[in-house]
Amino acid sequence: MEKVLTTHFANERYRRLDTYRQYGGYEALKKAFAMTPEAIIDEVKKANLRGRGGAGFPAGVKWGFLPKDLSHPRVLVINADEGEPGTFKDRLIMSRGPHLLLEGIAISCFALRAHACWIYIRGEFVREAGVVDEAVAEAYAAGFLGKNILGSGFDLDVTVHRGAGAYICGEETSLINSLEGKRGWPRLKPPFPASVGAFGLPTIVNNVETIADIPWIVTHGGETFAGLGVEKNGGTRLIGVSGAVNRPGVYELSAGVNLKEVIYHHAGGIRDGKELKAVIPGGSSTPVLRPDEIDVSFDIESMAKIGTMAGSGGVIVIPEGACMVRALSVLMNFYAHESCGQCTPCREGTGWLKKIVGRIEAGKGRQGDIELILDLCDNMMGRTICPLADAAVMPAQSFIWKFREEFDRHIGEQKCPYGNRF
Amino acid sequence: MSAVFSETGRAEFDRLLTRYPDRKSVILPALHLAQKEFGYVSDEAIVYIAGLVGTSPAEIEGVATFYTMYNRKPVGKYHVQICRNISCSLLGAEHLIEHVSKKLGVRPGETTPDGKFTLATVECLGSCGTAPVMQVNDEYHENLTVESIDRILDRLP
Ligand SMILES: Cc1cc2nc3c(=O)[nH]c(=O)nc-3n(C[C@H](O)[C@H](O)[C@H](O)COP(=O)(O)O)c2cc1C
Ligand code: SF4
Ligand code: FES
Repeated sequence: MEKVLTTHFANERYRRLDTYRQYGGYEALKKAFAMTPEAIIDEVKKANLRGRGGAGFPAGVKWGFLPKDLSHPRVLVINADEGEPGTFKDRLIMSRGPHLLLEGIAISCFALRAHACWIYIRGEFVREAGVVDEAVAEAYAAGFLGKNILGSGFDLDVTVHRGAGAYICGEETSLINSLEGKRGWPRLKPPFPASVGAFGLPTIVNNVETIADIPWIVTHGGETFAGLGVEKNGGTRLIGVSGAVNRPGVYELSAGVNLKEVIYHHAGGIRDGKELKAVIPGGSSTPVLRPDEIDVSFDIESMAKIGTMAGSGGVIVIPEGACMVRALSVLMNFYAHESCGQCTPCREGTGWLKKIVGRIEAGKGRQGDIELILDLCDNMMGRTICPLADAAVMPAQSFIWKFREEFDRHIGEQKCPYGNRF
Repeated sequence: MSAVFSETGRAEFDRLLTRYPDRKSVILPALHLAQKEFGYVSDEAIVYIAGLVGTSPAEIEGVATFYTMYNRKPVGKYHVQICRNISCSLLGAEHLIEHVSKKLGVRPGETTPDGKFTLATVECLGSCGTAPVMQVNDEYHENLTVESIDRILDRLP
């Protein structure tokens, strides 16, 4: 299958500008400068490029939300926070193909008429931030960034900004606050970042992979990109498979690839010859699937039809014998830890969920605990400033809906029937 | 301990100032810089950065404590951070944490008496495909086993 991003990723030197250019790098930028910004945005719309950060919003449509008025400078912010458990694909792009991201940034900023871009990289990615920094320096030196890029008259400054350890900073308004030097507290919307974002300026926040797809779209045309995927969900996706599979890793596959095929063919099936017990398909916050549900196309619409999400493409595979209560407990611990604390339903709710699931796991569950969890979920869902509360609710509800008997057994037997093991 | 950036630190700080439209945006990078230069984010460092940025120490403190990577207390020479999130724990991270805890004689959050190691558990490091994973200072170590973790820790000078 045609690959958009990873064709040359095995080549260690691909991260360097000279090698990137040998493979045609920055030709798309030249092509873009010969186009109008409107024509580029049209191609992105035709590409059916859906945001790869988790929500899957169509990129071209989002770009269209910027105000027509050009009196305020605009800003592009790249979300390289990569904090959703199970997700590890942006790290691959940054370390193996940083110029794909930078070329995508240059083209996107030209299309958006933005002259400044910040790449917000999660703080733990020290090495990746270093690779991107080096690539930025190379691109400036070669005239692909900076003043009057390739004689086009277009100026662009790109700055790498490192986070400092907070999952919530992946949420776009939290990310903006963090970029401005504040605590990463999500903002109430509206106003949306496209009208009032970073530094009070109209801002587009896009995921690393979303922007890294742009050069290919400009080179080959939006329709060709759309054709690599399925209706309404164009292109390829970097699908990260982790957990109990024989070949964990990042696979670039069509947005419409079958999920079962991802697990059994590409990722080599379940480790140690075991059976499959459950799959979290798109990062830790997406509703869990049972083995009989995974014969499904991985695209956004098909996943929504079965009540889950393709999310950030992080497929987490849980084998037979693993305790689902323990798995949920690990996740609830995470969301309670990461709640920023601004909204009561989230702050209190995630703490409660952690506590109740924890006690069920420890063999101290009480009758009524499961109903209590479901009640709490109802009181959290959709009632908070940002979707982190929902991100905790979706696993909690789906684990109970689909693996209820395990929760009942923990409470009934007052111990873990699996010996508290994974 | 007085907290003043070295000459190169100060030059880096001044360079950072040119990269943002708003002076306060350098708070996160400045805190990273402080941690690198002083080993941790001390009270003195907070006052110093507040002075450089032109804001109150309370504001810097509020930011510094929001993020998990800033150490407000000294940590050991090696900060051993083991991921305990889902993909890592599915492949035995909890067992590894127990093992290292026993090996070093400290619980997560504690530092060995000789000041060499601080053990911590952390949430997803964004490297789930090579689980289990730990970060020692700036370095990632992947596909960990009891044997490899022993080897890595034993070799640290
Ligand atoms: C709690 C939370 C965490 C998020 N983490 C990330 C992240 O790590 N990376 C990312 O690109 N998007 C993340 N998002 C989604 C962003 O808010 C935003 O939708 C995305 O960056 C937009 O880019 P895209 O349209 O290109 O996908 C997160 C959202 C929430 C609510
Ligand atoms: S939902 Fe949770 S994380 Fe989001 S703003 Fe409210 S308290 Fe903070
Ligand atoms: S779960 Fe450990 S690195 Fe993601």
